[in-house]
Amino acid sequence: MALLEVKNLGISFGGLRAVDEVNLNIEKGQLYGLIGPNGAGKTTLFNLLTGVYQPTNGTIMLDGVNIVGKNTYEINLAGIGRTFQNIRLFKNMTVLDNVKVALTNREKYSLFSGILRFPLYFKKEKIMNDIARDILAVFNLEQEEDTLASNLPYGKQRKLEIARALATNPKLLLLDEPAAGMNPNETAELMDTIRLIRDKFNITILLIEHDMKLVAGICEEIFVLNFGTELAKGTPEVVLNDPAVITAYLGA
Amino acid sequence: MKLVVNVIEQLINGLGAGSIYALIALGYSMVYGIAKMINFAHGDIIMVGAYALYVFVVLLNLPVVAAVILTIGLCAILGITVERIAYKPLRKAPPLAVLITAIGVSFFLQNAALLIFKSNPIPFKSIVNVNTIKIGSISIRGITAVILVVTFVSMILLTLFINKTKAGRAMRAVSEDKGAAQLMGINVNRTISMTFAIGSALAAIAGILFISQYQSLNPFMGGLPGIKAFVAAVLGGIGSVPGAMLGGVLLGIIESISKAYISSELSDAIVFGVLILVLLLKPSGLLGKNRIEKV
Amino acid sequence: MSTNKQTKLSSNKKAISKTWIVIFKIVLIIAIYVIISSLVRFDILNRQYKALLVPIGVNIILAVSLNVVTGFLGELSLGHAGFMSIGAFTGALFTLNMDMPGTLEFIIAILLGGTIAAIFGFFIGVPALRLRGDYLAIVTLAFGEIIKAIIKFLNLPSGKDAAGNVKMVKGTMGLSGIETYADYTWVYVALVIVIVICANLIKSRHGRIITSIRDNYLAAESIGIHVSRYKILAFVIAAFFAGVAGVISGHNVPIIKPNDYDYNKSIDILVFVVLGGMGSIKGSIIAATVLTVLPEILRPIKDYRMLMYAILLIAMMLFNNSKFRAGLNENKSLAKLTGLLKFGR
Repeated sequence: MALLEVKNLGISFGGLRAVDEVNLNIEKGQLYGLIGPNGAGKTTLFNLLTGVYQPTNGTIMLDGVNIVGKNTYEINLAGIGRTFQNIRLFKNMTVLDNVKVALTNREKYSLFSGILRFPLYFKKEKIMNDIARDILAVFNLEQEEDTLASNLPYGKQRKLEIARALATNPKLLLLDEPAAGMNPNETAELMDTIRLIRDKFNITILLIEHDMKLVAGICEEIFVLNFGTELAKGTPEVVLNDPAVITAYLGA
Repeated sequence: MKLVVNVIEQLINGLGAGSIYALIALGYSMVYGIAKMINFAHGDIIMVGAYALYVFVVLLNLPVVAAVILTIGLCAILGITVERIAYKPLRKAPPLAVLITAIGVSFFLQNAALLIFKSNPIPFKSIVNVNTIKIGSISIRGITAVILVVTFVSMILLTLFINKTKAGRAMRAVSEDKGAAQLMGINVNRTISMTFAIGSALAAIAGILFISQYQSLNPFMGGLPGIKAFVAAVLGGIGSVPGAMLGGVLLGIIESISKAYISSELSDAIVFGVLILVLLLKPSGLLGKNRIEKV
Repeated sequence: MSTNKQTKLSSNKKAISKTWIVIFKIVLIIAIYVIISSLVRFDILNRQYKALLVPIGVNIILAVSLNVVTGFLGELSLGHAGFMSIGAFTGALFTLNMDMPGTLEFIIAILLGGTIAAIFGFFIGVPALRLRGDYLAIVTLAFGEIIKAIIKFLNLPSGKDAAGNVKMVKGTMGLSGIETYADYTWVYVALVIVIVICANLIKSRHGRIITSIRDNYLAAESIGIHVSRYKILAFVIAAFFAGVAGVISGHNVPIIKPNDYDYNKSIDILVFVVLGGMGSIKGSIIAATVLTVLPEILRPIKDYRMLMYAILLIAMMLFNNSKFRAGLNENKSLAKLTGLLKFGR
């Protein structure tokens, strides 16, 4: 059974079909790329998958359960984590707290344990610190755990956002342009990290990217969206040599 | 039949009170639209207008027309001055900083009036001397009729100004997008000053009508009508000119009807309750624009 | 590996210094109490300043609790006095109509007032789920005024008369004959508890969630946070403590009136929070203390004092956001000197 199965997914804003008749099959443990020209509906598709928008039609099955109609937070609990195109960190919180707050559903204690400082509070806080530091170490952010998120340089902010999403222990991780604004070196490093977390945390990744070369470099399978509908899918070689894809990108 | 007459009279009373709220609400709404701030001191402009009129008419014995014009002019200048001194330096500050400053201005105006005129209410004989008008068996108080006419004329003039003049278009442009308006060669500072002037002038008119109806002045008289007008502006959709008019009139009518038929003590609770209900159903007010956040 | 060891070492050091900080804080809390009580015992404070002790404590509780909603959750509330009012009237009704030993009666009144206020906090938290910013502000203001109007409208049982019949009083008249249980010891204990709870809350899982919602509610949802639940939680906690403050302030004077708790009071509390610094508990404490004492300090200039207060308020806001101030910020030692004036982050 596929991890994520999307059927006939669509949404309209007024008269505009932003996403129309999209079908996706995502298998466990794979790394997928979602590409398409500007305005193709890539981010809208992410917003549909995470419940930020409710689809006009279609179904989204995660591990065999329909998640359409669920709230964003419920979908995260069901196993989808994500990052945002325009970085959305908790800017006035430290790097460590940004990750710890994402561990909140994994390591729980009651309100009273927290305000009265029961032993459980100290125990759980320690566990959270340890997990959070482990995750930060993967992204080379462990030295900056006390920095406010807003004071991080841009590239590290992108990484912290991925770290935060990972901390929720998702089955499927959606990355919205993780390399946007990075220089080629940073991008190459990030791609290594993405491969690494896929293996280390044993998760499935779907990422939006503009740079086709980059997507081709790390993704096992690519979906191409254009005008809200599926234009092509398959292995990088197949997709990038597809005349329809080339036309869409070059706008011929 | 008697009940119908009574209801109609109450509706007209409500319309009168609502007109005053609407005049004040316009100031809140226009300033919010253009400067994105709640001008908490706006209600106190009514009070300043009322005292100014008292000084001109009673203490200086000026003719009524001159006193009214001077009062409106004085409040307009006060509005501009307050904006220049207290709000302009805070254009880039967090909204809460501006809100607290406006609260400070409100305290300042109230306590300045308290210092000059003392806390005892000053009786004031209405400058409006119009007899009660009878239409069939319905009677309308002279002052209410005057309020309705003055408000109606003010609103028509304001609408014409906003829609037909260059300055009015500049105002709309600045409230849509300050940066873009500036790039198009609009003098943003002057437009903001003008908005404060117009808002304060309308508040002055409201103040004049208000004391002509209630015939008594005190330094804190602007507080409650100010808050209610603010509620009216939010009810109609803050930032929207027709919304402020609609909100004010509705609020006046609801208040008057609940005072007459439910309980005068509960009328405030009912007015505020309606506001909460409307906002729950329509979070941006009756005629307000819904802004969707882009994800 | 070596970096791992280093972090462990440094975290050990941190833990040790943390213990010292806790000890220091406990000593500080006791020291302040000793100072205040000796000032009172040895009649060093004059009557006016003594009368300010309870209001200062009440205002600190109010400011710290409002900071939970406005500073940490990031929602503007102009109805905090409404919760205070509920606490004050609930508490006073309880002590007026009960016949228990004073201390017990007052403790129950405090908890009851807080609880009833918290229940209302829940209901005002619900609109907060749909509304934001200025719209929520006006709804909270409306809520406070509704509470005031309803209390005025009700007939309240205000103890028994000589014949043993329950006296009913119109709410507009307020309640009178309340036992003035609240003294500086009561308010000091209460404010220490409230501050400790709020400070612990902020550094706990729930507090982190509340701050994350302020910073970015959508991102908070995306990591599995039930945003609505925690928004309401923040409102309930803040309302509970405002209710507690209400009970205490209601037992500081024998008479309370609904008009004592109108939107002007809410605005006063908001001013404490904003001037003290949004999200700074320390700032709230200092601002509430200074601004409660300030009118008394300005007393020699009599009629001009409220005018001066207004001018100071405007001047402080202008100064905080001026270029001069931004320059000071770059020099950190100077920034510390102007700690009270700290605004936002």
